[in-house]
Amino acid sequence: TKCVHLSPVSLSEVTATSRHYVDRLFDPDPQKVLQGVIDMKNAVIGNNKQKANLIVLGAVPRLLYLLQQGSSSSELRAECAVVLGSLAMGTENNIKSLVDCHIIPALLQGLLCPDLIFIEACLRCLRTVFISPVTPVQLLYTDPTVIPHLMSLLCRSQRTQEYITQIFSHCCKTPEHQTVLFNHGAIQNIAPLLISPSYKVRMQALKCFSVLAYENTQVSMTLVNVLVDEELLSQVFVRMMQRDQPIDMQLTAAKCLTYMCRAGAIRTDDSCIVLKTLPCLVRMCSKERLLEERVEGAETLAYLMEPDVELQRIASVTDHLVAMLADYFKYPSSVSAITDIKRLDHDLKHAHELRQAAFKLYASLGSNDEDIRKKITETENMMDRIVSGLSESSVKVRLAAVRCLHSLSRSVQQLRTSFHDHAVWKPLMKLLQNAPDEVLVMASSTLCNLLLEFSPSKEPILESGVIELLCSLTQSDSPALRVNGIWALMNMAFQADQKVKGEIVRALGTEQLFRLLSDPDSNVLMKTLGLLRNLLSTRPHIDQVMSSHGKQIMQAVTLILEGEHSIEVKEQTLCILANIADGNTAKELIMTNDDILQKIKYYMAHSNVKLQLAATFCISNLIWNEEDGSQERQDKLRELGFVDILHKLTQASDPNLCDRSDTATHTSLPLSFSFSLHKTDAHKHAHCVVGY
Amino acid sequence: VTGTHHPLTLHFKKSGLPKMAELGAGSLLLGDPAFNYQEHELNERLKRLYPAVNEDETPLPRSWSPKDKYSYIGLSQNNLRVHYKGHGKNHKDAASVRATHPIPAACGIYYFEVKIVSKGLDFLSSLLPLSPILGWDKHSYGYHGDDGHSFCSSGTGQPYGPTFTTGDVIGCCVNLINNTCFYTKNGISLGVAFTDLPPNLYPTVGLQTPGEIVDANFGQQPFVFDIEDYMSEWRAKIHGMIARFPIGERLGEWQAVLQNMVSTYLVHHGYCATATAFARATETLIQEDQTSIKNRQRIQKLVLAGRVGEAIEATQHLYPGLLEHNPNLLFMLKCRQFVEMVNGTDSEVRCFSVRSPKSQDSYPGSPSLSPRHGATNPNLHSAGADSPTCSNGVTPPNKNKSHNKYPGISSASSSSSSSPSSVNYSESNSTDSTKSQPHSGTSNQEETSDSEMEIEAEHYTNGVAENPSARIMNGTYKHQEILQAQDISLEDSCASRQLCGGNQAATERMIQFGRELQGLNEQLCREYGKNVTHKKMLQDAFSLLAYSDPWNCPVGQQLDPMQRENICSALNSAILESQNLPKQPPLMLALGQATECVQLMARVRSGSCSFARVDNFLH
Repeated sequence: TKCVHLSPVSLSEVTATSRHYVDRLFDPDPQKVLQGVIDMKNAVIGNNKQKANLIVLGAVPRLLYLLQQGSSSSELRAECAVVLGSLAMGTENNIKSLVDCHIIPALLQGLLCPDLIFIEACLRCLRTVFISPVTPVQLLYTDPTVIPHLMSLLCRSQRTQEYITQIFSHCCKTPEHQTVLFNHGAIQNIAPLLISPSYKVRMQALKCFSVLAYENTQVSMTLVNVLVDEELLSQVFVRMMQRDQPIDMQLTAAKCLTYMCRAGAIRTDDSCIVLKTLPCLVRMCSKERLLEERVEGAETLAYLMEPDVELQRIASVTDHLVAMLADYFKYPSSVSAITDIKRLDHDLKHAHELRQAAFKLYASLGSNDEDIRKKITETENMMDRIVSGLSESSVKVRLAAVRCLHSLSRSVQQLRTSFHDHAVWKPLMKLLQNAPDEVLVMASSTLCNLLLEFSPSKEPILESGVIELLCSLTQSDSPALRVNGIWALMNMAFQADQKVKGEIVRALGTEQLFRLLSDPDSNVLMKTLGLLRNLLSTRPHIDQVMSSHGKQIMQAVTLILEGEHSIEVKEQTLCILANIADGNTAKELIMTNDDILQKIKYYMAHSNVKLQLAATFCISNLIWNEEDGSQERQDKLRELGFVDILHKLTQASDPNLCDRSDTATHTSLPLSFSFSLHKTDAHKHAHCVVGY
Repeated sequence: VTGTHHPLTLHFKKSGLPKMAELGAGSLLLGDPAFNYQEHELNERLKRLYPAVNEDETPLPRSWSPKDKYSYIGLSQNNLRVHYKGHGKNHKDAASVRATHPIPAACGIYYFEVKIVSKGLDFLSSLLPLSPILGWDKHSYGYHGDDGHSFCSSGTGQPYGPTFTTGDVIGCCVNLINNTCFYTKNGISLGVAFTDLPPNLYPTVGLQTPGEIVDANFGQQPFVFDIEDYMSEWRAKIHGMIARFPIGERLGEWQAVLQNMVSTYLVHHGYCATATAFARATETLIQEDQTSIKNRQRIQKLVLAGRVGEAIEATQHLYPGLLEHNPNLLFMLKCRQFVEMVNGTDSEVRCFSVRSPKSQDSYPGSPSLSPRHGATNPNLHSAGADSPTCSNGVTPPNKNKSHNKYPGISSASSSSSSSPSSVNYSESNSTDSTKSQPHSGTSNQEETSDSEMEIEAEHYTNGVAENPSARIMNGTYKHQEILQAQDISLEDSCASRQLCGGNQAATERMIQFGRELQGLNEQLCREYGKNVTHKKMLQDAFSLLAYSDPWNCPVGQQLDPMQRENICSALNSAILESQNLPKQPPLMLALGQATECVQLMARVRSGSCSFARVDNFLH
């Protein structure tokens, strides 16, 4: 019976000739069926309408039936696979229909047949189906026997090599896929293909390695030791990057080496990275390259040098890269708009991609070195470009622009000058109102830096009502956003006036503040403690905050000191206590709390010098003899046995600690001097963490 | 040519030269093996990097010039190390030195490096790695180490690259194709520094601080920057440009020209059957008539077989008066005949031999008798130009110097499997259906077509055939008397070689012939005056007799069958000329013209010539 596959396309569109082709597939005479398939093959080549018609008329299930039938001649089966391959070459809808008809398992089954011509036809069709974005790649991995069988077919012919490697490189999308391919010997099987006489095979094998090595340490570590014809794989890649090789090959080889380097398999100072991969990627950014190549080149280069300042320095002087990137913003060019519609279309399509790639590369270039940041901001219209990039319609561009801005915002000088001159805070604030999390993380991170004490943008940002926004960030589900929100508030509170501090406490609410103190993310906890510390600075502020929230704060401090926390967290908490001890009335909250005093005593005898130091600061502030009631406090502390500990500490090995305890035991005048220093130190500490 | 080699007038105090600089100035230190090794390395590297440069015309820079320098500059270490010995107080104390020669345009892409050995007491003040002839500081191009600026002609610098200091290697690359320049630092390209550079730039270095020392590398050592990779990109670019040269509507026209070129080439060398087949396939006409081609072919074949005496006879018979009008050619032929008598191949001595001497197969190691293209056209390649292509794609094992002088030519028919000579040879077979002769029963060939593969196979069978001579003689020629059946045998070339085939009578005939040759030389001297070439030729030929084994003696090379090709080609050209036909095939003319053009490009400073070499397109 006919198996007609009905679909939304109206049957009236289907021509009689198409029906005739399908009908012939049902002829009882196998010879006539074969001729029918061959005629169909000739009819569909390059004819998308005919392809759609045949699919609507149900040719696919019949072809698949013939292909799978053991009684079919091998010639017929091969021709069926060829026709299916041709149908797959059409539109995405064609692919969908083919996949819906379960073409993939049928063709994979066909690969078990010994006939090479049939295998090649099946692989060619599978290749076409798998490289389409509409095909779920998972279908390649459903049957666990498929991958090993494909590996075994690699030796059959150049065609099987080309198709199989192409399938692999398109279907390797996740670390799990990488592992499956790796475990089935992808590296050993594909490595020899890198020196195949066929360019297509070499190229597809190379692409395979680039997707296998991407962010995969296991693969990358294996790759560096692979020999191809007695030559190290990295050297094979280096040869493929030679300037007279096709651009596609140079670029893909550079990607392989980049991924191997990022995965830690090749050192960043290896000459194949410094003298070969990096310059090759810079060349890919040049005006002579196609727009697509320039995008890929810039993105790969950004990725390569992201963690390494030395590579950033080298790239920044290679072939005028910084100036070269400025050209990425000149699309569509004014010339193309007038003279050539086709080119304008092409330019427009790539304009966003080019801009985001350039922003990414600038971000990577400027992430560590102050001179490079200066060079970037001095590039023609750079700040204007970033500013307009922040409000572009494309999320990708906005994200890249804010990433670039963030990278540049790590520079004190830029914050003071170009950031202020171009009022970057305005679009940044706008960006924060309504953006995907990814953008929000970067934007809030940048905002943290703009809120640094010395940043001239701090004032206008405060006036724009940013506090509410930041407080809402601290309630986000994303730890990164919570950190950035509280971090920005911490920076804002640093040396702020009472009004701002009051506003922060009001807007955040004590409940939220204490919720953050028990946040599972230690970064959030650290920054919240930092905020508390900044709120509790200068005596009147300390007393004011402690009078209203003293009880909760003391509770929270006790909890943290008792809990399982890192040294850094405990140190920060002890610093808060030291600040409280510096208040006039706030002191009493400690002096009357024996539990806290015992804890301070405990930390003074702790094995970690940092904690000892912080606890000693606290005691010093309590016994400072210029203030009222210092004598009583000293007496009480003596009773509690602090003096013995202080004496012991004067013999301590750490000069800093020794000095501190020495002055504390004598409680003489110079002590106050060292205390004021300490306080500044502590604040500095809070603010220094900022910025990265 | 352009007056660019005048030395600069500088304040130059000879007494100020340090001892070392004077030492290194000449070609001293020759005894130093390390130096010789370095010199060898340098030559090898320069030859590889700049193959198109003719150093006789335009020498490459190899060191700093002790003549063209300021007195504050000291040179040492074979004039490669520069140190500063002035006061270094202000800009007036800056001093520079330039290389011995300007950069030749034929380099295409030129590169050198300088290593900063010591930045001096203060800081490295400047480095001016390029300066043209016109001025020293004016019109110079440079990259300064202290501020990273680039300087062009005048004093104001432009921000260009990073600063550099002790331990850094700074390179300078001049692209003579697009007249730009870029610098490198520690192997990294810093990007284009200058465009529209003038020609004839000198590598230059300038110093300003006491204690500054820099070392130059003009190719003495491997470069830090991969310049060959950069060159490969430009080579690919230029080859692509040539390959994609637009010919527009003239496609048909081009095809006709190409066909004509192939056809005339085949005709010229007498590949009669191939030429006929080609003409048939391409529907073109052959100018010369068949008989004429065949006559020439036969004479050539005789010469190439070493049977020069017969060739002379045939020429005199077919082209009366030709040799009489070309006494030089006749003398050359006779000299060769003498050599062939020593060899035992000429018929005058062979007839004495019990064992037939060798003929065709006496071409050891080279199955092909392809003519030595262009040997008569001295314009094709300048002296010393080395083109290692062998005409047939087969490198004979006994390849020697003279083979290297082959212009790099290979015609369509000159792959080893279809060498022209084998075509030539079998053509006579197949056209005369010798295979149907009973004598050829030894041959296993069953086909009668003249397909190349079959021909080749047959050619090789000759060496082992029991009595293959019959195939050659059977009525192939109109002038039967030229080739005597009994004269030809195809002995294995490995058979022991003896003077005149080891025959006493033959030796006597040879000596008698030598006397006649001597007589001819004297006669020519009387008529035309002394001829050095003739004298040399005669001396060389006679020298063969001074050795017990002429094949393994200093002048034994003359006996190499390859040596026949020159004279064969000369004779062929003379015949063609006498028939009012071009003495050179158009293909060779075109090739010669292309080669000349590329050389001309070098002279007019078009750098792309270095990547557009004719050799690159001949395989």
